[in-house]
Amino acid sequence: MFTYTLRRLLFAIPTLLVISFVIFALLDLAPSDPTGDLPLTIPPEVREQIRASLGLDQPFLIRYLKWLQQFFINEPLNIFESLTGWQVGDGERMRVLSWATRSPVVDLIVQRLPQTLWVVGLAYLFGVLIAIPIGVISAYKQYSIFDQIGTFLAMVGYSVPTFFTGVLLIVIFSSYLQWFPSVYDTNLRVTDFGSFIAQMKQMILPVTVLALFNASQITRFVRASMLDNLHQDYVRTARAKGVKEKSVLLIHVLRNSLIPVVTVIALGVPTIFSGAIITEQIFRVNGLGQLLITAVQGADIPLVQTLTFIFAVLIVLFNLIADVLYGILDPRIRYD
Amino acid sequence: MKNRKLLLAGTVAALAFAGSAAHAERGTDGDLKILFWQAVSTLNPYLSGGTKEVYSSSMVIEPLARYDEKGELVPMLVTEIPTIENGGVAKDLLSMTWKLKSGVKWSDGTPFTADDVIFTWKYCVAPDGGCAQKAQYEGVTSVEAPDPMTVKITFSEPKPYPYSAFVGAQSPVIQKKQFENCVGAKAPGCTSANFGPIGTGPFVVKEFKPNDVITFEANKNYRDPAKPAFATATLKGGGDAASAARAVLETGEFDYAWNMQVEPEVLATMLKAGKGELVTAFGTQVERINLNWYNPDPKLGDKRSTKEAGPHPALKDPAVRRALSLAIDRSVIDEAGYGEAGKPTCNIVPAPEAYASTKNDSWCLKQDVDAANKLLDDAGWKKGGDGIRAKDGVKLSFLYQTSTNSVRQATQELVKDMWSQIGVGAELRNVSASVFFGGDPASPDTFQKFYADVEMYTNNFDGTDPEKYLAEWLCDKVPSPENGWQGQNIPRYCNPAYDKLVGELSKTADISKREELAKQLNDMLTEEGAHIPLIHRGSVSSHSVKLDGVRMNAWDSELWNVADWSRKK
Repeated sequence: MFTYTLRRLLFAIPTLLVISFVIFALLDLAPSDPTGDLPLTIPPEVREQIRASLGLDQPFLIRYLKWLQQFFINEPLNIFESLTGWQVGDGERMRVLSWATRSPVVDLIVQRLPQTLWVVGLAYLFGVLIAIPIGVISAYKQYSIFDQIGTFLAMVGYSVPTFFTGVLLIVIFSSYLQWFPSVYDTNLRVTDFGSFIAQMKQMILPVTVLALFNASQITRFVRASMLDNLHQDYVRTARAKGVKEKSVLLIHVLRNSLIPVVTVIALGVPTIFSGAIITEQIFRVNGLGQLLITAVQGADIPLVQTLTFIFAVLIVLFNLIADVLYGILDPRIRYD
Repeated sequence: MKNRKLLLAGTVAALAFAGSAAHAERGTDGDLKILFWQAVSTLNPYLSGGTKEVYSSSMVIEPLARYDEKGELVPMLVTEIPTIENGGVAKDLLSMTWKLKSGVKWSDGTPFTADDVIFTWKYCVAPDGGCAQKAQYEGVTSVEAPDPMTVKITFSEPKPYPYSAFVGAQSPVIQKKQFENCVGAKAPGCTSANFGPIGTGPFVVKEFKPNDVITFEANKNYRDPAKPAFATATLKGGGDAASAARAVLETGEFDYAWNMQVEPEVLATMLKAGKGELVTAFGTQVERINLNWYNPDPKLGDKRSTKEAGPHPALKDPAVRRALSLAIDRSVIDEAGYGEAGKPTCNIVPAPEAYASTKNDSWCLKQDVDAANKLLDDAGWKKGGDGIRAKDGVKLSFLYQTSTNSVRQATQELVKDMWSQIGVGAELRNVSASVFFGGDPASPDTFQKFYADVEMYTNNFDGTDPEKYLAEWLCDKVPSPENGWQGQNIPRYCNPAYDKLVGELSKTADISKREELAKQLNDMLTEEGAHIPLIHRGSVSSHSVKLDGVRMNAWDSELWNVADWSRKK
């Protein structure tokens, strides 16, 4: 298992390099322009100077190599310095700078990460917690009323987009009932019970929207996987041996059914980091998804490039984790 | 006893008076909550140039003089506006002198001097800095300080309208001490200065979260000890225009929201909640349809829409250009897409009032399909079997492009329908705004390349003087491969008489003569059909009914008088 993991990790390096090049090339080919959003009153020659000051006048390959150096050498060194307090060289390094804010991209990401992990991560957790029991009961009582309602809700949750459910919840709970705020206060610090309640209140709507969406996806997987296992020979054997129905279901069937589900859940983790672009935008949560969409709209190429690449790293990483988990959970699977 | 009652009444009155006096004290009204649906990226307007950055930074840093809501100059950091009459502007129009107000302090307590003003100019014109507001300092050869409270600006050639550098929200004064080591290529590296400029304005930056939220505090060193009324301010960003409108008008979570680009009927429903109201101000924005005077035929390859392609086969006919304008019912477009935020216009310079011509309103503001049809009939354009007019094998069918935006697409549909009534066909196309306005010379879809017959967008000019703007229609400003498609004469209009008149305008200092010349130039463009002006667009914002003091301004930052805002008690 160890050599397998190591080999996969080594393979990931060229894969990621290729991915970074493809992202860079695609962004370069895209016809958007960082000065495109500026008022037309800013004359063309000034726009040209702005582009030059962003480094856009250099050839493609030079810009790519510069980004590689900034991202793979300068930024890690910077993190190393701020963690240890030691200084490497003179400490003056060109960092990856966002074009819109002119500040280091990594600082922006660090600032946004907590909100995304809280809101989107919590929604994912709740989604999983809701999905598993519903999936189990739906499969066990296949075609019952519970199963029909569960299936219906899952289909609704899956097919109704979050930009609809989000606005619907705002109209009901913020505009009409006025229970929860429609705008997420990103300056709120939890210091006492009152601010904790305020934090809960502002998280309820976005978390609900996302949890509903996540749960409906995962519950279908759980149900399908349970159904596969319920008709297996070992279940019949267990029942014939007189094992209690509860144990059959929760120990034998559930544990086996969860193996593919764990893979699906692990593969979904990178989407937590990439945020929920639409939901974050609707509720004005300052997470990574919102950062990405503003960067795309403003043609902030270094920010888009860096964020997309980090997502690519996470996807490659969690694919590996899912494979390794599979091996641990299912002793029949051996990679070496 | 009677005396005592009187005394009591007097005390009560005095207390009440004291109560109302307390109202005009700094920091008594709590937190001011502002919502910008496009989040602010930096607070240094010299490094961004976007409207949201210019507006938000205007709460902190100030220019020497601002425009008020009527478009008139108001001294901010100076004692008076220099003019030829008061000797502030030299008779030869080659220099001007500003007298700084004494006792003005930066928010860190240090005195504000002419050195800071000189530094601001040097900061923006430094090479490799990529200063977005460089155009404000165009023609300035030197900025000097004869004494610490005087600033003398010298121009390379006579400037009949000298109010550009250090005037308006686009060119505020920044502190020399803070930005000294951030000049030129080093500018972007000064993150903490760019995110928290020290200013002379009513608020100071407490915390800045890029692309998200800014927290301000009242400036303890602000020159008016009674202002601002708010102790803190929060400027939240992000989301979309409709939900921003909802947060002020329906849920009342915010005091002020900027730029309500929302369908009129949606706003009307929200206004019923009674929590907020809309404010509108009309600046110089005009939504127009540009007519391409050159041939954009794709068969011409790289030559299309350039001089080498020759004149447009259909639009070269003045009758066609006039008929296209006559066929349009501007009030219908206004009602459907703009509501309070627009009025029909036939001018490219719609404001200030003294510059706005009314000469063409009689024939152009009213739709006249019959006259348009007659015009085309007389010019020999005959309807074919498909209802589209043609002459000598040239069909009156146009490719009509604009940027992607729901109001623009609705307008396209309406115009297409109106044109079909005079036998003119239109093929509609929309391009993503970041591409359309992006100016990438490699892209065929930019508004500058104009690979279409007609195209629609909005443009305007900064400040109140249209001279530079009217110079955009000069012959040598036509975009072409030679100038990297960077010219601003998008319709490719070229008329030596127009060029001559612009030259005259640039030499005239007398205000009433300038107004006259500007009107003539504006009328020439409308009459000859360089473009079809459609809607004079205003800016619409919303504020809570409990917020006092908002004077909506289209000539400067909307937040220009935020120091005077207060909460109704």
